[in-house]
Amino acid sequence: MTYDLKLRIWRGDAKGGALQDFTVPVDDGEVVLDAVHHVQALRAGDLSVRWNCKAGKCGSCSAEINGRPRLMCMSRLSDFPKDEPITITPMRTFPVIKDLVTDVSFNYVKAAEVLAFTPTAEQPKAPFRMAQVDVERSQEFRKCIECFLCQDVCHVVRDHEENKQAYAGPRFFLRYAELDMHPNDALDRKKLAQEERGLGLCNITKCCTEVCPEHIKITDNAIIPMKERVVDVKYDPIRFLRRKPKAKV
Amino acid sequence: MATEVETHAYDVIVIGAGGAGLRAAIAAHDAGAKTAVICKSLLGKAHTVMAEGGIAAAMGNLWPEDNWKVHFRDTMRGGKLLNHWRMAELHAKEAPERVWELEQWGALFDRTPEGLISQRDFGGHRYARLAHVGDRTGLEMIRTLQQRAVALGIDVFMECTVTALLKDGDRMAGAFGYWRETGRFVCFESPAVVLATGGIGKSWKVTSNSWEYTGDGHALAMKAGAGLVNMEFVQFHPTGMVWPPSVRGILVTESVRGDGGVLKNSDGERFMFNYIPEFFKAETADTIEEADRWYTDKKNNRRPPELLPRDEVARAINSEIKAGRGSPHGGVFLDIASRRSAEYIQKRLPSMYHQFKELAQVDITKDAMEIGPTCHYVMGGVEVDPDSGESKVTGLYAAGEVAGGMHGANRLGGNSLGDLLVFGKRAGEYAARYAANLAGSGPVVHADDLEAAATEALAPFSTEGGENPYSVHQELQTVMQNLVGIIRNEEELNTAIKEIDSLRRRIDHLSVEGHRQYNPGWNLAIDLKNMLLVSEAVAKAALERKESRGGHTRDDYPMTDYSYWGKRNLICELAENGEVRTREQPLPEPPPELAELLEEH
Ligand code: SF4
Ligand code: SF4
Ligand code: FES
Repeated sequence: MTYDLKLRIWRGDAKGGALQDFTVPVDDGEVVLDAVHHVQALRAGDLSVRWNCKAGKCGSCSAEINGRPRLMCMSRLSDFPKDEPITITPMRTFPVIKDLVTDVSFNYVKAAEVLAFTPTAEQPKAPFRMAQVDVERSQEFRKCIECFLCQDVCHVVRDHEENKQAYAGPRFFLRYAELDMHPNDALDRKKLAQEERGLGLCNITKCCTEVCPEHIKITDNAIIPMKERVVDVKYDPIRFLRRKPKAKV
Repeated sequence: MATEVETHAYDVIVIGAGGAGLRAAIAAHDAGAKTAVICKSLLGKAHTVMAEGGIAAAMGNLWPEDNWKVHFRDTMRGGKLLNHWRMAELHAKEAPERVWELEQWGALFDRTPEGLISQRDFGGHRYARLAHVGDRTGLEMIRTLQQRAVALGIDVFMECTVTALLKDGDRMAGAFGYWRETGRFVCFESPAVVLATGGIGKSWKVTSNSWEYTGDGHALAMKAGAGLVNMEFVQFHPTGMVWPPSVRGILVTESVRGDGGVLKNSDGERFMFNYIPEFFKAETADTIEEADRWYTDKKNNRRPPELLPRDEVARAINSEIKAGRGSPHGGVFLDIASRRSAEYIQKRLPSMYHQFKELAQVDITKDAMEIGPTCHYVMGGVEVDPDSGESKVTGLYAAGEVAGGMHGANRLGGNSLGDLLVFGKRAGEYAARYAANLAGSGPVVHADDLEAAATEALAPFSTEGGENPYSVHQELQTVMQNLVGIIRNEEELNTAIKEIDSLRRRIDHLSVEGHRQYNPGWNLAIDLKNMLLVSEAVAKAALERKESRGGHTRDDYPMTDYSYWGKRNLICELAENGEVRTREQPLPEPPPELAELLEEH
């Protein structure tokens, strides 16, 4: 069924901007990104928005919908009341480029700081032998679509520009955890995350986990185990030596 | 020229940052070339991310009987023997190495009980052959390559669109484009250019492709003087979502069928048994019992007809719908719920589970999915030398979906990701080698070419009261969907060519609002030119090929013609007057020892 939907979309650039009202015809089965596309095609051809897959797989269409960080392509209109306007604003933690598009280069800087996967001396060359149970933990983290919604919501950087320098953020704690739990990685990732990438600043509020569209348990499965094991590593050198228990394959 | 243009100099530039582009850049960098990647989106968002099923590589981890020869044969037969044999050979031989390389760089594939890379079944592949990670293999591949490229320190120009290739005489000299963020122009001086721009699917209405898939590389290559081969062959993936309308076309992975899912019509009949073509009779099960036994015993049973190559399955679904045996929303049913446990489905197909749950409110562990064909992939592309990936134009290379030949008339699932890796690496290496050998005698960019490219790109801003690019795009999609779809005929193709021609006249008078900064209307106006040129090539090649084969079905020529068309490729080139011209060219013939493999069963 089609109906007229009211949208309030933030428009502007680095110099400033404001919410602008639009009304467009939409269909029940559509998602917020469709509504934004209707605005582009019918009302404002120069409205800036990022998207690629329209299926929750590429992590391009992140924005704040009624104040909540979400993927526009995975937000069904039927989940919102028909008679109330939907407000769409750009991610707040990152500087605006134009309209709904933000400068997410912060994340690419943090990505470049990660030391690449480094195979162990025992298995230096692929094909590796690794058991499914051993790769599974890291596989959960590799589901990340880099939408950066967790980075957007994390209060350590959301309201504290000054923390950005020293803080990798939940998406990259995930990456450190992934490499740490990789059954064939040789480097000590925990220490690095704790001492140089700001893991200590995270106080486990779990807001990142709540917004993750991939339902990755960022806090429980990546951050907390990293923090715990940092403690282990600090006080128990024996544990350190066998920090990557492996199943027999 | 009048305004200063930001300029960068490289040995090799790669246009596109999907699997092929990143693999090419890594190879060029490893070969010592100063390399840059230029991409329309952010790094890591390219279409490769959407690939679900896996990478076909005859590693033999599950079936020791598997080897490159079997993979070669499957690829050629799947492509209805119109593939360039040498590409199919190189691909089959090199894919396993390329997969292990990903593992070396940190990819985590699903494992066998022995701890090796697990392999899954897919349409047209004789053995379980696809290395995978659940149903998000493309994401794993792009992340791995992206992380590798970043670790190597390769320069990446993100959200940057190339609008023209620059030449110096007959050779490549670089590329011209604009930053999406500011709309400012940028020039890349580079003797070697690798096109890795992907496909063309955004010209169809029902498509699994993203906005990036506007055939940029195909069009740039033609304009630079290269030829396109096999453009009449467009793959409609049999299983795209059909409901709700907003998700129409979004891909439903073939793994659903590889893992046991079956297709049913509104009578509940497994209709694929009625559509087994002569060509595949000997290797396809003809009873439900045999088909079901195959999943566990491949030696003594033949494969289920649901796993025929994609063109066969898409046509069958099309016929069922036309015959009035479709599902409520104009598709057919894909059922895995009644065949596998909920736990198995969630484990093997997590992102399909998620996608249907959140976008269609369907629980695929309980109910059947409604699916129908969706435009997915173009087999045609830049004609290249199989070993080096170089086109007819010196210094211009192509790899991945934008290159043609490898897949013939139809691509097998799982052969795309392998193609990206194998030929991405080759193109990058050869491009670097070519650039290195130039020493001192490199090409130069000419100022008037820059001027011309800038004027062309800005044209939509100087037109007042012209047409809206969004509506022209929608019209093109309707033309291609209705007239150059799965089933074609002479009359419709002729109409399509006329319509495309008139749309082409109209895009000279597009106007866009706003200014150059991050302006999707302007960006679309530029991309539309490429879409129209490539659509013209597809329609003209389709009109020319008077037979049915793979991803090209003519209801006025329903038979496959082995004696004439089976020995010919169609090449599309740009004529003086700016129109696409087609010509026939003999199909390269495989040497006897490879030809022999094609006969065996
Ligand atoms: S749990 Fe840590 S990383 Fe996640 S939002 Fe809270 S403070 Fe940030
Ligand atoms: S962890 Fe989740 S929320 Fe964060 S970037 Fe990845 S997918 Fe997005
Ligand atoms: S468009 Fe890809 S996640 Fe929304």
